[in-house]
Amino acid sequence: MADSDVLHAKHVLEYPYSRSVGPVIGAFLTALRDGRFVGVVGSGGSVIVPPTEYDPITGDDTGELVEVGPGGVVESWAWVSHPRRKHPLAHPFAWALITLDGAGTALLHAVDAGAPDALSTGARVTARFRPAGERVGSMSDVEAFVLEGGAAR
Amino acid sequence: MSPAAAGRTVRPVSIASFAQAQNVRRDDVHNEVEGLLPVIEEVFSTIGITKDDVDFICSGSTDYLIGGPFSFVMALDAVGVWPPRAESHVEMDGAWALYEAWVLLQEGKADAALVYSFGRSSLGDLGEILTLQLDPYYLAPLGPDIVSLSALQARALIDAGKASEADFAAIASRSRRDALGNPKAQVRQDVAVEVLLADDYVVSPLRRHALPPITDGAAAIVLAAGDKATRWSERPVWITGIDHRSETHSLGARDLTTSPSTASAAAMAGLGAGPVDLAEIHAPFAHQEIILKEALGLDDAVAVNPSGGALAANPLMSAGLIRIGEAANRIASGGADRAVAHATSGPCLQQNLVCVLEGA
Amino acid sequence: MTDQPSAGSGEPIGPVTMLATPIRLDFDFTPGVAQSRFLRGLERGTFLGQRCPTCHKVYVPSRGTCPTDGVATTEDVELAGTGTVTTYCVVNVPFAGQSIEIPYIAAQVLLDGANLSFMGLIQEIPADEVRMGMRVEAVWVAPDELTPSLASVRYFRPNGEPDADYDTYKEYL
Repeated sequence: MADSDVLHAKHVLEYPYSRSVGPVIGAFLTALRDGRFVGVVGSGGSVIVPPTEYDPITGDDTGELVEVGPGGVVESWAWVSHPRRKHPLAHPFAWALITLDGAGTALLHAVDAGAPDALSTGARVTARFRPAGERVGSMSDVEAFVLEGGAAR
Repeated sequence: MSPAAAGRTVRPVSIASFAQAQNVRRDDVHNEVEGLLPVIEEVFSTIGITKDDVDFICSGSTDYLIGGPFSFVMALDAVGVWPPRAESHVEMDGAWALYEAWVLLQEGKADAALVYSFGRSSLGDLGEILTLQLDPYYLAPLGPDIVSLSALQARALIDAGKASEADFAAIASRSRRDALGNPKAQVRQDVAVEVLLADDYVVSPLRRHALPPITDGAAAIVLAAGDKATRWSERPVWITGIDHRSETHSLGARDLTTSPSTASAAAMAGLGAGPVDLAEIHAPFAHQEIILKEALGLDDAVAVNPSGGALAANPLMSAGLIRIGEAANRIASGGADRAVAHATSGPCLQQNLVCVLEGA
Repeated sequence: MTDQPSAGSGEPIGPVTMLATPIRLDFDFTPGVAQSRFLRGLERGTFLGQRCPTCHKVYVPSRGTCPTDGVATTEDVELAGTGTVTTYCVVNVPFAGQSIEIPYIAAQVLLDGANLSFMGLIQEIPADEVRMGMRVEAVWVAPDELTPSLASVRYFRPNGEPDADYDTYKEYL
């Protein structure tokens, strides 16, 4: 059989999963739906954002929920010139690890900065939430972060 | 803790044989079983044995690559497991399958094992498939692809003053040039750093050359203990230590410019007991080699990735196992006496395995 | 999306407890040499198996190797469209995307000349008359509707031969 006789077919795999989120992730997602951020106090007293039921470094139980953000500092960033179909924004943007004010760990999200030279490590950004009626309790309730004082659109 | 539990060998185990498929951008002809079969045949025939000479089989693969649930079970058709054989599978690179087999040999429950791995990276979109390995609550819903996450790590390394984009290009240039000596490699090219630096950014600060190629491939290793190890090899290559460690999946809780899990795995595997002649490091993205070299404590005298490494061929699920095989081959042929091989898994070097090899 | 009442619904809103995380992956799949050969056979209205050079068993379909011996199967064997029902079940449960009426019979059919049974539908016989050992033949779609797909085989139906002796298929249950 010639190699050209080998068949090809489009194949789509779908899993319609939904997950129970538990008390800590649930509190974070509920806060997002309300247009704000919460973190959780880790075993060393540092605030973990996004929060987990255990300290990601020590594995100890985490404590109280505390309000953080909505502003924060860019710890690292990567510029996407050609967004993929599942990315949060359809136009060029940056991925960034952002330490929200009051947090001890960084959160990953998109920064809608317009152009790469507008962004730098250490830049201050703030969350641009979707309108209240569109928020459902998920990471995409934050449309993107924007530079403080100069929001790209 | 017993020595075996600490990652040091109690019962000597050798890498008796290694084989890998030709690494290609896309094998458009064979299914995973057909691609694996010649590799399994070669890993046995090289040392003149058959499947009946091994008493354990362990494989590493992920069904998400081809979208075929239980494809790892069907892959056993390439081995022939009748009458029923002791067999296991890990949803990880074959290096972790090798670790499981090594543990079984340490326990004396087997004297020889076949380890294999396979992956057809070309059938789907890796940018979407690999997103499924992320935290499903906070990360995966945003759709961050593996190149984007690696770019965040690369930027952090640049910001920390530990590397430059030119360093990434230099690593890619050296890897592609070294791959000229590896007929199984996919990207084999003598290309200058300056030329590579003219590549476009895929996700800045990573240019095309700092990314691994997309590769279809497969690999296999035979492990042997006791008299089989000395019978099957003129110069047995012994695993003197092997260990693996993992870090949190919370990327923002890690210092992405270091690899503490690699450092602790290396310590547990006894890497520091003496110098090594070469290192086969599984660094799919160029900048990760810099982080891993530091974590392994390697100085510039150590030859890194003489095979070309993952920048020259990155068959998912096999590229880590191939590092162990390539390092073992250099020792078996007399080109080295002591070597370290490394494998990674997860985003931004989340999980790492270190294997120390010595010639007899 | 979550299972929560939406913020705009006017209903009381409780804490978020669930998160929808649907997965969709798209592939350009290739089944390989042996399975393509089998599927191309269906396109011609035949069952094409392959023989193991070591144990001489005939697999239909073959995935390219003998799962017992771990060697490549290279010799093609064209099989007649007749066979024996080795075992079967009566399906009474409807499911999404179903295209045939319940109850229907799903059976393992051992094609004559093959050493691996094959799943197919049994029709043109009342469900309560189907039995192990029943002799059947394939009913193909019209020649201009043949494709390299199992959809080319509409179903199997009784071919009127006497039932096969249990000993002839007991190894294939």
